[in-house]
Amino acid sequence: MKTENKVMNFKGLKDKLFFIFVTLISLFVIVFLVGIIYSIFKNGYEIFRSVGIIKFVFGFNWFPTYEPQEFGIFPLIIGSLAVTLMSIIICIPFGLGSAIYISEIAKPKEKEFLKPFLEILASIPSVIYGLFGMVFLAPLVRRVFNIDSGFNLLTASIILGFMVVPVVASFTEDALNAVPLSLREASYALGANKWETIWKVVVPSSISGITSAIVLGFGRAIGETMVVLMVAGNSSRIPRSLLDSVRPMSSTIAAEMGETAFGTLHFHALFGIAIVLFVITFVLNIITEFVRHRFIIKRY
Amino acid sequence: MNKNKIRTYQNILGVFFLRFLIFFTIFFLVLFLYIIFSKGYKVLSWDFISKFPKDGMTKGGVFPAIYGSFLLTVLSVIFAFPVGLFTAVFLTEYAKPLWLVNAINISINTLSGIPSIVFGLFGLAIFVNGLKFGVSLISGALTLAVLILPIIINSTVEAIKTVPKDFAEASFALGATKTQTIFKVVLPAALPGILTGTIISVGRAAGETAPILFTAATFYTRELPSSIFDEVMALPYHIYALVTEGTKPALQKPIAYGSALILLVLVLGVNLLSIFIRSNIRRKRKC
Repeated sequence: MKTENKVMNFKGLKDKLFFIFVTLISLFVIVFLVGIIYSIFKNGYEIFRSVGIIKFVFGFNWFPTYEPQEFGIFPLIIGSLAVTLMSIIICIPFGLGSAIYISEIAKPKEKEFLKPFLEILASIPSVIYGLFGMVFLAPLVRRVFNIDSGFNLLTASIILGFMVVPVVASFTEDALNAVPLSLREASYALGANKWETIWKVVVPSSISGITSAIVLGFGRAIGETMVVLMVAGNSSRIPRSLLDSVRPMSSTIAAEMGETAFGTLHFHALFGIAIVLFVITFVLNIITEFVRHRFIIKRY
Repeated sequence: MNKNKIRTYQNILGVFFLRFLIFFTIFFLVLFLYIIFSKGYKVLSWDFISKFPKDGMTKGGVFPAIYGSFLLTVLSVIFAFPVGLFTAVFLTEYAKPLWLVNAINISINTLSGIPSIVFGLFGLAIFVNGLKFGVSLISGALTLAVLILPIIINSTVEAIKTVPKDFAEASFALGATKTQTIFKVVLPAALPGILTGTIISVGRAAGETAPILFTAATFYTRELPSSIFDEVMALPYHIYALVTEGTKPALQKPIAYGSALILLVLVLGVNLLSIFIRSNIRRKRKC
Protein backbone atom coordinates (compact mmCIF):
# COMPACT_ATOMS: atom_id res chain seq x y z
CA MET A 1 0.00 0.00 0.00
CA LYS A 2 2.78 2.38 0.96
CA THR A 3 4.88 1.77 -2.13
CA GLU A 4 1.80 2.19 -4.27
CA ASN A 5 1.22 5.57 -2.70
CA LYS A 6 4.77 6.51 -3.47
CA VAL A 7 4.30 5.55 -7.10
CA MET A 8 1.14 7.64 -7.24
CA ASN A 9 2.97 10.58 -5.71
CA PHE A 10 5.79 10.22 -8.15
CA LYS A 11 3.31 10.21 -11.01
CA GLY A 12 1.64 13.26 -9.56
CA LEU A 13 4.97 15.01 -9.36
CA LYS A 14 5.73 14.15 -12.95
CA ASP A 15 2.38 15.60 -13.96
CA LYS A 16 3.11 18.79 -12.06
CA LEU A 17 6.55 19.11 -13.60
CA PHE A 18 5.15 18.61 -17.08
CA PHE A 19 2.52 21.27 -16.45
CA ILE A 20 5.20 23.73 -15.37
CA PHE A 21 7.33 22.83 -18.38
CA VAL A 22 4.47 23.34 -20.83
CA THR A 23 3.51 26.63 -19.21
CA LEU A 24 7.07 27.91 -19.45
CA ILE A 25 7.35 26.89 -23.11
CA SER A 26 4.12 28.67 -23.96
CA LEU A 27 5.56 31.90 -22.57
CA PHE A 28 7.86 31.99 -25.61
CA VAL A 29 5.13 33.44 -27.81
CA ILE A 30 4.75 36.39 -25.48
CA VAL A 31 8.52 36.80 -25.24
CA PHE A 32 8.82 36.88 -29.04
CA LEU A 33 6.08 39.46 -29.43
CA VAL A 34 7.64 41.64 -26.75
CA GLY A 35 11.02 41.09 -28.42
CA ILE A 36 9.71 42.30 -31.77
CA ILE A 37 8.08 45.37 -30.27
CA TYR A 38 11.16 46.11 -28.19
CA SER A 39 13.59 45.72 -31.07
CA ILE A 40 11.79 47.99 -33.52
CA PHE A 41 10.99 50.67 -30.92
CA LYS A 42 14.51 50.65 -29.51
CA ASN A 43 16.05 51.13 -32.95
CA GLY A 44 13.38 53.43 -34.34
CA TYR A 45 12.98 55.72 -31.35
CA GLU A 46 16.02 57.78 -32.36
CA ILE A 47 14.33 59.09 -35.53
CA PHE A 48 11.30 60.33 -33.60
CA ARG A 49 13.62 62.08 -31.19
CA SER A 50 15.78 63.85 -33.75
CA VAL A 51 13.25 64.56 -36.51
CA GLY A 52 10.06 64.71 -34.50
CA ILE A 53 7.09 62.42 -34.85
CA ILE A 54 4.91 64.92 -36.79
CA LYS A 55 7.66 65.82 -39.25
CA PHE A 56 8.47 62.13 -39.72
CA VAL A 57 4.93 60.91 -40.35
CA PHE A 58 3.62 63.94 -42.25
CA GLY A 59 6.80 65.15 -43.96
CA PHE A 60 6.54 65.23 -47.75
CA ASN A 61 10.15 64.53 -48.66
CA TRP A 62 11.97 61.25 -48.30
CA PHE A 63 15.59 62.05 -49.16
CA PRO A 64 17.63 59.80 -46.88
CA THR A 65 20.80 59.93 -48.97
CA TYR A 66 20.87 63.58 -50.08
CA GLU A 67 22.39 66.50 -48.19
CA PRO A 68 20.58 67.75 -46.24
CA GLN A 69 18.79 64.52 -45.38
CA GLU A 70 15.03 64.61 -45.10
CA PHE A 71 12.93 61.88 -43.51
CA GLY A 72 9.29 62.48 -44.30
CA ILE A 73 7.36 59.26 -44.90
CA PHE A 74 3.97 60.72 -45.84
CA PRO A 75 4.37 59.76 -49.54
CA LEU A 76 5.29 56.22 -48.46
CA ILE A 77 2.24 55.97 -46.21
CA ILE A 78 0.04 57.22 -49.04
CA GLY A 79 1.75 54.74 -51.35
CA SER A 80 0.98 51.88 -48.99
CA LEU A 81 -2.63 52.97 -48.52
CA ALA A 82 -3.16 53.47 -52.26
CA VAL A 83 -1.84 50.03 -53.23
CA THR A 84 -3.66 48.32 -50.38
CA LEU A 85 -6.99 50.03 -50.97
CA MET A 86 -6.84 49.30 -54.68
CA SER A 87 -5.90 45.67 -54.12
CA ILE A 88 -8.76 45.22 -51.66
CA ILE A 89 -11.20 46.70 -54.20
CA ILE A 90 -9.94 44.13 -56.70
CA CYS A 91 -10.00 41.37 -54.11
CA ILE A 92 -13.50 41.90 -52.70
CA PRO A 93 -15.63 40.58 -55.61
CA PHE A 94 -13.40 37.52 -56.11
CA GLY A 95 -12.85 36.80 -52.43
CA LEU A 96 -16.47 37.19 -51.38
CA GLY A 97 -17.78 35.58 -54.58
CA SER A 98 -15.58 32.52 -54.10
CA ALA A 99 -16.55 32.18 -50.45
CA ILE A 100 -20.28 32.56 -51.13
CA TYR A 101 -20.11 30.11 -54.00
CA ILE A 102 -18.24 27.50 -51.97
CA SER A 103 -20.37 27.90 -48.87
CA GLU A 104 -23.84 28.38 -50.39
CA ILE A 105 -23.96 26.92 -53.88
CA ALA A 106 -21.28 24.28 -54.48
CA LYS A 107 -22.17 20.65 -53.86
CA PRO A 108 -19.87 18.72 -51.50
CA LYS A 109 -17.92 17.13 -54.40
CA GLU A 110 -17.50 20.51 -56.09
CA LYS A 111 -16.37 22.01 -52.81
CA GLU A 112 -13.69 19.41 -52.38
CA PHE A 113 -12.49 20.17 -55.89
CA LEU A 114 -12.53 23.98 -55.57
CA LYS A 115 -11.05 24.54 -52.13
CA PRO A 116 -7.55 23.19 -52.88
CA PHE A 117 -7.22 25.80 -55.64
CA LEU A 118 -7.63 28.58 -53.10
CA GLU A 119 -5.18 26.85 -50.77
CA ILE A 120 -2.61 26.63 -53.56
CA LEU A 121 -3.16 30.31 -54.35
CA ALA A 122 -2.44 31.05 -50.69
CA SER A 123 0.69 28.94 -50.55
CA ILE A 124 2.62 30.45 -53.48
CA PRO A 125 5.68 32.44 -52.31
CA SER A 126 5.32 36.17 -52.80
CA VAL A 127 8.59 36.47 -54.69
CA ILE A 128 7.17 34.27 -57.46
CA TYR A 129 4.07 36.48 -57.64
CA GLY A 130 6.50 39.36 -58.02
CA LEU A 131 8.29 37.57 -60.84
CA PHE A 132 4.97 36.88 -62.55
CA GLY A 133 4.21 40.60 -62.30
CA MET A 134 7.54 41.54 -63.82
CA VAL A 135 7.49 39.16 -66.76
CA PHE A 136 3.79 39.04 -67.60
CA LEU A 137 1.50 41.59 -66.01
CA ALA A 138 3.69 44.71 -66.16
CA PRO A 139 4.36 44.34 -69.92
CA LEU A 140 0.65 43.66 -70.45
CA VAL A 141 -0.39 46.78 -68.52
CA ARG A 142 2.20 48.80 -70.42
CA ARG A 143 0.83 47.69 -73.77
CA VAL A 144 -2.85 48.04 -72.85
CA PHE A 145 -2.49 51.60 -71.56
CA ASN A 146 0.28 52.53 -73.97
CA ILE A 147 2.60 53.93 -71.29
CA ASP A 148 6.36 53.92 -70.79
CA SER A 149 6.49 51.49 -67.91
CA GLY A 150 4.13 48.89 -66.51
CA PHE A 151 5.61 49.07 -63.05
CA ASN A 152 2.92 51.02 -61.27
CA LEU A 153 0.16 51.08 -58.70
CA LEU A 154 -2.32 49.19 -60.88
CA THR A 155 -0.02 46.25 -61.66
CA ALA A 156 0.98 45.84 -58.01
CA SER A 157 -2.65 46.09 -56.87
CA ILE A 158 -3.90 43.41 -59.27
CA ILE A 159 -1.33 40.88 -58.09
CA LEU A 160 -1.72 41.83 -54.45
CA GLY A 161 -5.51 41.64 -54.83
CA PHE A 162 -5.38 38.04 -56.01
CA MET A 163 -2.83 37.16 -53.34
CA VAL A 164 -5.26 38.27 -50.65
CA VAL A 165 -8.28 36.46 -52.21
CA PRO A 166 -7.65 33.20 -50.29
CA VAL A 167 -7.33 35.05 -46.96
CA VAL A 168 -10.55 37.00 -47.41
CA ALA A 169 -12.33 33.95 -48.87
CA SER A 170 -11.44 31.60 -46.04
CA PHE A 171 -12.46 34.02 -43.28
CA THR A 172 -15.65 34.95 -45.14
CA GLU A 173 -16.46 31.27 -45.48
CA ASP A 174 -16.11 30.84 -41.71
CA ALA A 175 -18.50 33.75 -41.20
CA LEU A 176 -21.03 32.28 -43.63
CA ASN A 177 -20.80 28.85 -42.02
CA ALA A 178 -21.65 30.43 -38.67
CA VAL A 179 -25.07 31.47 -40.00
CA PRO A 180 -27.56 28.92 -38.65
CA LEU A 181 -29.18 26.64 -41.20
CA SER A 182 -32.61 27.49 -39.79
CA LEU A 183 -32.35 31.04 -41.15
CA ARG A 184 -31.80 29.73 -44.67
CA GLU A 185 -34.62 27.20 -44.28
CA ALA A 186 -36.98 29.92 -43.05
CA SER A 187 -36.08 32.01 -46.08
CA TYR A 188 -36.76 29.13 -48.49
CA ALA A 189 -40.00 28.35 -46.68
CA LEU A 190 -41.15 31.90 -47.38
CA GLY A 191 -40.61 31.22 -51.08
CA ALA A 192 -37.30 32.99 -51.54
CA ASN A 193 -34.92 31.54 -54.10
CA LYS A 194 -31.19 30.95 -53.69
CA TRP A 195 -30.06 34.41 -54.82
CA GLU A 196 -32.56 36.16 -52.55
CA THR A 197 -31.61 33.95 -49.62
CA ILE A 198 -27.94 34.75 -50.12
CA TRP A 199 -28.31 38.51 -50.45
CA LYS A 200 -31.20 39.18 -48.09
CA VAL A 201 -30.57 36.61 -45.36
CA VAL A 202 -27.14 34.98 -45.30
CA VAL A 203 -24.92 37.95 -46.19
CA PRO A 204 -26.70 40.52 -43.97
CA SER A 205 -26.58 38.22 -40.96
CA SER A 206 -22.88 37.53 -41.38
CA ILE A 207 -21.90 41.05 -42.34
CA SER A 208 -19.67 41.67 -39.33
CA GLY A 209 -17.75 38.47 -40.00
CA ILE A 210 -17.35 39.48 -43.64
CA THR A 211 -16.19 42.95 -42.59
CA SER A 212 -13.57 41.49 -40.30
CA ALA A 213 -12.39 39.23 -43.15
CA ILE A 214 -11.91 42.30 -45.36
CA VAL A 215 -10.08 44.22 -42.63
CA LEU A 216 -7.83 41.20 -42.14
CA GLY A 217 -7.12 41.11 -45.87
CA PHE A 218 -6.26 44.81 -45.70
CA GLY A 219 -3.74 44.07 -42.96
CA ARG A 220 -2.15 41.30 -45.02
CA ALA A 221 -1.90 43.47 -48.12
CA ILE A 222 -0.37 46.48 -46.39
CA GLY A 223 2.46 44.39 -44.98
CA GLU A 224 3.25 42.50 -48.17
CA THR A 225 6.74 43.39 -49.32
CA MET A 226 8.14 41.47 -52.26
CA VAL A 227 5.39 42.11 -54.81
CA VAL A 228 5.35 45.87 -54.31
CA LEU A 229 9.13 45.93 -54.20
CA MET A 230 9.32 44.18 -57.57
CA VAL A 231 6.45 45.72 -59.53
CA ALA A 232 5.23 48.99 -57.97
CA GLY A 233 7.99 51.06 -59.60
CA ASN A 234 9.55 52.58 -56.47
CA SER A 235 9.08 56.30 -56.97
CA SER A 236 8.65 58.07 -53.66
CA ARG A 237 6.18 60.70 -54.86
CA ILE A 238 2.52 60.79 -53.98
CA PRO A 239 0.71 58.96 -56.80
CA ARG A 240 -1.80 60.99 -58.81
CA SER A 241 -3.25 58.21 -60.93
CA LEU A 242 -3.51 54.44 -61.06
CA LEU A 243 -0.72 54.37 -63.62
CA ASP A 244 1.78 56.22 -61.44
CA SER A 245 4.64 54.39 -59.85
CA VAL A 246 4.54 54.19 -56.04
CA ARG A 247 6.80 53.20 -53.20
CA PRO A 248 5.01 51.77 -50.16
CA MET A 249 6.52 51.55 -46.68
CA SER A 250 7.35 47.85 -46.73
CA SER A 251 9.33 47.98 -49.95
CA THR A 252 11.22 51.09 -48.79
CA ILE A 253 12.56 49.12 -45.83
CA ALA A 254 13.45 46.15 -48.01
CA ALA A 255 15.11 48.24 -50.71
CA GLU A 256 17.19 50.50 -48.47
CA MET A 257 18.15 48.52 -45.38
CA GLY A 258 20.78 46.57 -47.30
CA GLU A 259 22.76 49.71 -48.15
CA THR A 260 22.38 51.44 -44.82
CA ALA A 261 25.12 51.46 -42.22
CA PHE A 262 24.23 50.33 -38.71
CA GLY A 263 23.40 53.17 -36.34
CA THR A 264 22.99 55.97 -38.91
CA LEU A 265 19.92 58.20 -38.94
CA HIS A 266 18.76 56.45 -42.12
CA PHE A 267 18.97 53.11 -40.29
CA HIS A 268 16.81 54.46 -37.47
CA ALA A 269 14.37 55.97 -39.97
CA LEU A 270 13.79 52.57 -41.58
CA PHE A 271 13.03 51.12 -38.14
CA GLY A 272 10.72 54.12 -37.67
CA ILE A 273 8.82 53.04 -40.78
CA ALA A 274 8.60 49.54 -39.31
CA ILE A 275 7.04 51.04 -36.16
CA VAL A 276 4.40 52.84 -38.24
CA LEU A 277 3.74 49.64 -40.19
CA PHE A 278 3.49 47.61 -37.00
CA VAL A 279 1.11 50.08 -35.36
CA ILE A 280 -1.15 50.06 -38.45
CA THR A 281 -1.33 46.25 -38.63
CA PHE A 282 -1.78 46.05 -34.85
CA VAL A 283 -4.74 48.46 -34.94
CA LEU A 284 -6.27 46.56 -37.87
CA ASN A 285 -5.90 43.36 -35.86
CA ILE A 286 -7.71 44.88 -32.90
CA ILE A 287 -10.51 46.10 -35.17
CA THR A 288 -10.86 42.59 -36.62
CA GLU A 289 -11.04 41.04 -33.17
CA PHE A 290 -13.48 43.68 -31.96
CA VAL A 291 -15.84 43.28 -34.91
CA ARG A 292 -15.72 39.49 -34.67
CA HIS A 293 -16.30 39.59 -30.93
CA ARG A 294 -19.30 41.87 -31.23
CA PHE A 295 -20.71 39.57 -33.83
CA ILE A 296 -20.46 36.58 -31.50
CA ILE A 297 -22.10 38.42 -28.60
CA LYS A 298 -24.91 39.64 -30.81
CA ARG A 299 -25.66 36.15 -31.96
CA TYR A 300 -25.84 34.33 -28.65
CA MET B 1 -46.44 36.20 -62.86
CA ASN B 2 -44.03 38.50 -64.69
CA LYS B 3 -42.35 39.43 -61.43
CA ASN B 4 -41.72 35.78 -60.69
CA LYS B 5 -40.07 35.38 -64.07
CA ILE B 6 -37.73 38.27 -63.28
CA ARG B 7 -36.90 36.67 -59.96
CA THR B 8 -36.07 33.39 -61.64
CA TYR B 9 -33.79 35.08 -64.16
CA GLN B 10 -32.18 37.04 -61.38
CA ASN B 11 -31.52 33.82 -59.53
CA ILE B 12 -29.98 32.08 -62.52
CA LEU B 13 -27.85 35.10 -63.44
CA GLY B 14 -26.75 35.64 -59.85
CA VAL B 15 -25.60 32.06 -59.37
CA PHE B 16 -23.86 32.21 -62.73
CA PHE B 17 -22.09 35.44 -61.69
CA LEU B 18 -20.78 33.87 -58.47
CA ARG B 19 -19.57 30.87 -60.42
CA PHE B 20 -17.82 33.21 -62.84
CA LEU B 21 -16.03 34.96 -59.94
CA ILE B 22 -14.58 31.77 -58.49
CA PHE B 23 -13.65 30.42 -61.89
CA PHE B 24 -11.92 33.67 -62.77
CA THR B 25 -9.86 33.31 -59.58
CA ILE B 26 -8.92 29.79 -60.66
CA PHE B 27 -8.17 31.10 -64.16
CA PHE B 28 -5.75 33.61 -62.64
CA LEU B 29 -4.01 30.78 -60.77
CA VAL B 30 -3.79 28.60 -63.89
CA LEU B 31 -2.47 31.51 -65.96
CA PHE B 32 0.11 32.19 -63.26
CA LEU B 33 1.22 28.56 -63.15
CA TYR B 34 1.36 28.42 -66.95
CA ILE B 35 3.58 31.52 -67.19
CA ILE B 36 6.01 30.31 -64.53
CA PHE B 37 6.16 26.77 -65.95
CA SER B 38 6.55 27.84 -69.58
CA LYS B 39 9.34 30.29 -68.72
CA GLY B 40 11.10 27.96 -66.33
CA TYR B 41 11.06 24.52 -67.88
CA LYS B 42 13.43 25.43 -70.73
CA VAL B 43 16.18 26.17 -68.23
CA LEU B 44 15.64 23.15 -66.08
CA SER B 45 18.06 20.26 -66.25
CA TRP B 46 19.90 17.99 -63.87
CA ASP B 47 22.96 20.23 -64.14
CA PHE B 48 20.87 23.26 -63.23
CA ILE B 49 19.78 21.57 -60.02
CA SER B 50 23.08 19.99 -59.05
CA LYS B 51 25.78 22.46 -60.17
CA PHE B 52 27.23 25.69 -58.78
CA PRO B 53 26.69 29.04 -60.53
CA LYS B 54 29.40 30.06 -63.00
CA ASP B 55 30.66 33.20 -64.75
CA GLY B 56 29.18 35.79 -62.45
CA MET B 57 25.75 34.16 -62.17
CA THR B 58 25.19 33.97 -65.91
CA LYS B 59 25.68 30.23 -66.29
CA GLY B 60 25.66 27.06 -64.26
CA GLY B 61 23.18 25.84 -61.70
CA VAL B 62 21.57 26.89 -58.47
CA PHE B 63 22.50 24.02 -56.19
CA PRO B 64 23.83 26.21 -53.33
CA ALA B 65 20.55 28.14 -53.27
CA ILE B 66 18.49 24.94 -53.07
CA TYR B 67 20.77 23.59 -50.36
CA GLY B 68 20.64 26.89 -48.42
CA SER B 69 16.86 27.03 -48.59
CA PHE B 70 16.69 23.44 -47.41
CA LEU B 71 18.90 24.17 -44.39
CA LEU B 72 17.02 27.36 -43.49
CA THR B 73 13.68 25.60 -43.68
CA VAL B 74 14.65 22.47 -41.77
CA LEU B 75 16.40 24.44 -39.02
CA SER B 76 13.52 26.88 -38.59
CA VAL B 77 11.02 24.02 -38.29
CA ILE B 78 13.28 22.24 -35.79
CA PHE B 79 13.30 25.40 -33.67
CA ALA B 80 9.61 26.22 -34.03
CA PHE B 81 8.03 22.77 -33.83
CA PRO B 82 8.68 21.86 -30.15
CA VAL B 83 7.71 25.34 -28.96
CA GLY B 84 4.57 25.29 -31.12
CA LEU B 85 3.61 21.77 -30.05
CA PHE B 86 3.90 22.38 -26.30
CA THR B 87 2.21 25.78 -26.54
CA ALA B 88 -0.70 24.07 -28.28
CA VAL B 89 -0.75 21.37 -25.56
CA PHE B 90 -0.90 24.10 -22.93
CA LEU B 91 -3.73 25.90 -24.71
CA THR B 92 -5.85 22.79 -25.23
CA GLU B 93 -5.08 20.50 -22.29
CA TYR B 94 -4.38 22.90 -19.40
CA ALA B 95 -5.61 26.37 -20.38
CA LYS B 96 -5.18 27.93 -16.95
CA PRO B 97 -4.82 30.53 -15.54
CA LEU B 98 -7.19 32.35 -17.85
CA TRP B 99 -5.24 35.60 -18.02
CA LEU B 100 -2.20 33.72 -19.30
CA VAL B 101 -4.27 31.93 -21.93
CA ASN B 102 -5.67 35.27 -23.08
CA ALA B 103 -2.23 36.85 -23.19
CA ILE B 104 -0.91 33.93 -25.24
CA ASN B 105 -3.82 34.03 -27.65
CA ILE B 106 -3.47 37.77 -28.16
CA SER B 107 0.25 37.29 -28.78
CA ILE B 108 -0.37 34.57 -31.38
CA ASN B 109 -2.96 36.71 -33.16
CA THR B 110 -0.69 39.74 -33.18
CA LEU B 111 2.34 37.74 -34.31
CA SER B 112 0.47 36.26 -37.26
CA GLY B 113 -0.55 39.73 -38.44
CA ILE B 114 2.90 41.31 -38.34
CA PRO B 115 4.34 42.01 -41.82
CA SER B 116 7.19 39.71 -42.82
CA ILE B 117 9.56 42.62 -43.40
CA VAL B 118 9.14 43.62 -39.75
CA PHE B 119 10.23 40.09 -38.80
CA GLY B 120 13.29 40.75 -40.93
CA LEU B 121 14.12 43.89 -38.96
CA PHE B 122 13.52 42.03 -35.70
CA GLY B 123 15.97 39.35 -36.80
CA LEU B 124 18.47 41.99 -37.84
CA ALA B 125 18.23 43.81 -34.52
CA ILE B 126 18.16 40.80 -32.20
CA PHE B 127 20.01 37.92 -33.86
CA VAL B 128 22.38 39.64 -36.31
CA ASN B 129 23.38 42.69 -34.25
CA GLY B 130 22.23 41.96 -30.70
CA LEU B 131 23.41 38.37 -30.25
CA LYS B 132 26.25 38.94 -32.77
CA PHE B 133 25.33 35.92 -34.91
CA GLY B 134 25.98 38.07 -37.97
CA VAL B 135 24.24 37.55 -41.30
CA SER B 136 24.05 33.79 -41.01
CA LEU B 137 22.11 30.59 -41.39
CA ILE B 138 21.23 30.61 -37.68
CA SER B 139 19.94 34.21 -37.69
CA GLY B 140 17.73 33.51 -40.70
CA ALA B 141 16.43 30.22 -39.31
CA LEU B 142 15.54 31.77 -35.94
CA THR B 143 13.75 34.67 -37.65
CA LEU B 144 11.78 32.25 -39.82
CA ALA B 145 11.03 30.12 -36.77
CA VAL B 146 9.33 33.05 -35.03
CA LEU B 147 7.42 33.76 -38.24
CA ILE B 148 6.02 30.23 -38.63
CA LEU B 149 5.36 29.66 -34.92
CA PRO B 150 1.75 30.97 -35.03
CA ILE B 151 0.95 28.66 -37.97
CA ILE B 152 2.27 25.61 -36.11
CA ILE B 153 0.45 26.52 -32.89
CA ASN B 154 -2.88 27.21 -34.59
CA SER B 155 -2.86 24.04 -36.68
CA THR B 156 -1.78 21.89 -33.73
CA VAL B 157 -4.55 23.37 -31.57
CA GLU B 158 -7.05 22.55 -34.33
CA ALA B 159 -5.66 19.02 -34.65
CA ILE B 160 -5.86 18.34 -30.90
CA LYS B 161 -9.39 19.72 -30.74
CA THR B 162 -10.59 17.15 -33.28
CA VAL B 163 -9.57 14.27 -31.00
CA PRO B 164 -12.76 13.09 -29.30
CA LYS B 165 -12.98 13.74 -25.57
CA ASP B 166 -13.85 10.05 -24.97
CA PHE B 167 -10.29 9.05 -25.85
CA ALA B 168 -8.82 11.06 -22.99
CA GLU B 169 -11.59 10.00 -20.62
CA ALA B 170 -11.07 6.31 -21.43
CA SER B 171 -7.37 6.76 -20.78
CA PHE B 172 -8.03 8.43 -17.41
CA ALA B 173 -10.46 5.65 -16.52
CA LEU B 174 -7.69 3.12 -17.09
CA GLY B 175 -5.62 4.94 -14.50
CA ALA B 176 -3.28 6.83 -16.81
CA THR B 177 -1.97 10.19 -15.65
CA LYS B 178 -2.51 13.38 -17.56
CA THR B 179 1.02 13.34 -18.98
CA GLN B 180 0.63 9.74 -20.11
CA THR B 181 -2.72 10.55 -21.67
CA ILE B 182 -1.30 13.49 -23.60
CA PHE B 183 1.70 11.59 -24.94
CA LYS B 184 0.16 8.17 -25.53
CA VAL B 185 -3.43 8.99 -26.49
CA VAL B 186 -4.09 12.59 -27.49
CA LEU B 187 -0.98 13.47 -29.48
CA PRO B 188 -0.83 10.19 -31.47
CA ALA B 189 -4.49 10.63 -32.41
CA ALA B 190 -3.85 14.21 -33.48
CA LEU B 191 -0.63 13.36 -35.32
CA PRO B 192 -1.88 13.55 -38.93
CA GLY B 193 -3.39 16.98 -38.28
CA ILE B 194 -0.23 18.20 -36.58
CA LEU B 195 1.80 16.92 -39.53
CA THR B 196 -0.40 18.80 -41.99
CA GLY B 197 0.16 22.06 -40.19
CA THR B 198 3.89 21.49 -39.93
CA ILE B 199 4.11 20.74 -43.63
CA ILE B 200 2.27 23.97 -44.45
CA SER B 201 4.74 25.88 -42.31
CA VAL B 202 7.61 24.19 -44.19
CA GLY B 203 6.20 25.62 -47.41
CA ARG B 204 5.86 29.03 -45.84
CA ALA B 205 9.40 29.08 -44.46
CA ALA B 206 10.87 27.94 -47.77
CA GLY B 207 9.16 30.69 -49.74
CA GLU B 208 9.65 33.74 -47.54
CA THR B 209 12.06 36.37 -48.82
CA ALA B 210 11.68 39.50 -46.72
CA PRO B 211 12.69 37.94 -43.36
CA ILE B 212 15.96 36.54 -44.72
CA LEU B 213 16.88 39.63 -46.75
CA PHE B 214 19.09 41.09 -44.01
CA THR B 215 19.47 38.09 -41.72
CA ALA B 216 20.79 35.19 -43.79
CA ALA B 217 20.79 35.53 -47.52
CA THR B 218 23.65 36.36 -49.80
CA PHE B 219 23.78 36.59 -53.58
CA TYR B 220 26.80 34.40 -54.07
CA THR B 221 28.99 32.09 -52.03
CA ARG B 222 31.90 30.16 -53.38
CA GLU B 223 31.30 27.22 -51.07
CA LEU B 224 28.43 25.59 -49.24
CA PRO B 225 27.99 26.81 -45.66
CA SER B 226 30.25 24.90 -43.30
CA SER B 227 28.74 26.15 -40.05
CA ILE B 228 25.51 27.73 -38.87
CA PHE B 229 27.29 31.08 -38.67
CA ASP B 230 27.91 31.24 -42.43
CA GLU B 231 25.88 33.24 -44.90
CA VAL B 232 23.77 31.14 -47.24
CA MET B 233 22.25 31.44 -50.67
CA ALA B 234 18.49 30.85 -50.73
CA LEU B 235 16.10 30.26 -53.62
CA PRO B 236 13.62 33.10 -52.96
CA TYR B 237 16.35 35.67 -52.46
CA HIS B 238 18.21 34.31 -55.47
CA ILE B 239 15.17 34.92 -57.68
CA TYR B 240 14.75 38.44 -56.38
CA ALA B 241 18.43 39.34 -56.70
CA LEU B 242 18.73 37.93 -60.23
CA VAL B 243 15.88 39.99 -61.65
CA THR B 244 16.56 43.23 -59.79
CA GLU B 245 20.25 43.50 -59.01
CA GLY B 246 21.90 41.50 -61.77
CA THR B 247 24.42 43.11 -64.05
CA LYS B 248 23.58 41.04 -67.13
CA PRO B 249 19.77 40.80 -67.12
CA ALA B 250 19.48 38.96 -70.42
CA LEU B 251 21.61 36.07 -69.20
CA GLN B 252 20.43 36.08 -65.60
CA LYS B 253 16.66 36.21 -66.12
CA PRO B 254 16.40 32.63 -67.41
CA ILE B 255 18.19 31.44 -64.27
CA ALA B 256 15.62 33.32 -62.19
CA TYR B 257 12.80 31.60 -64.12
CA GLY B 258 14.37 28.22 -63.49
CA SER B 259 14.86 28.95 -59.79
CA ALA B 260 11.26 30.15 -59.52
CA LEU B 261 10.02 26.93 -61.09
CA ILE B 262 12.06 24.81 -58.65
CA LEU B 263 10.77 26.80 -55.67
CA LEU B 264 7.21 26.65 -56.96
CA VAL B 265 7.35 22.88 -57.50
CA LEU B 266 8.80 22.36 -54.01
CA VAL B 267 6.18 24.53 -52.30
CA LEU B 268 3.29 23.11 -54.35
CA GLY B 269 4.51 19.56 -53.73
CA VAL B 270 4.65 20.17 -50.01
CA ASN B 271 1.15 21.67 -50.01
CA LEU B 272 -0.37 18.94 -52.15
CA LEU B 273 1.09 16.46 -49.67
CA SER B 274 -0.69 18.22 -46.81
CA ILE B 275 -3.97 18.37 -48.75
CA PHE B 276 -3.61 14.66 -49.47
CA ILE B 277 -2.94 13.78 -45.81
CA ARG B 278 -5.93 15.81 -44.72
CA SER B 279 -8.37 14.28 -47.18
CA ASN B 280 -7.08 10.88 -46.04
CA ILE B 281 -7.88 11.76 -42.43
CA ARG B 282 -11.37 12.85 -43.42
CA ARG B 283 -12.02 9.65 -45.29
CA LYS B 284 -10.89 7.60 -42.30
CA ARG B 285 -13.10 9.60 -39.95
CA LYS B 286 -16.11 8.91 -42.14
CA CYS B 287 -15.71 5.14 -41.96
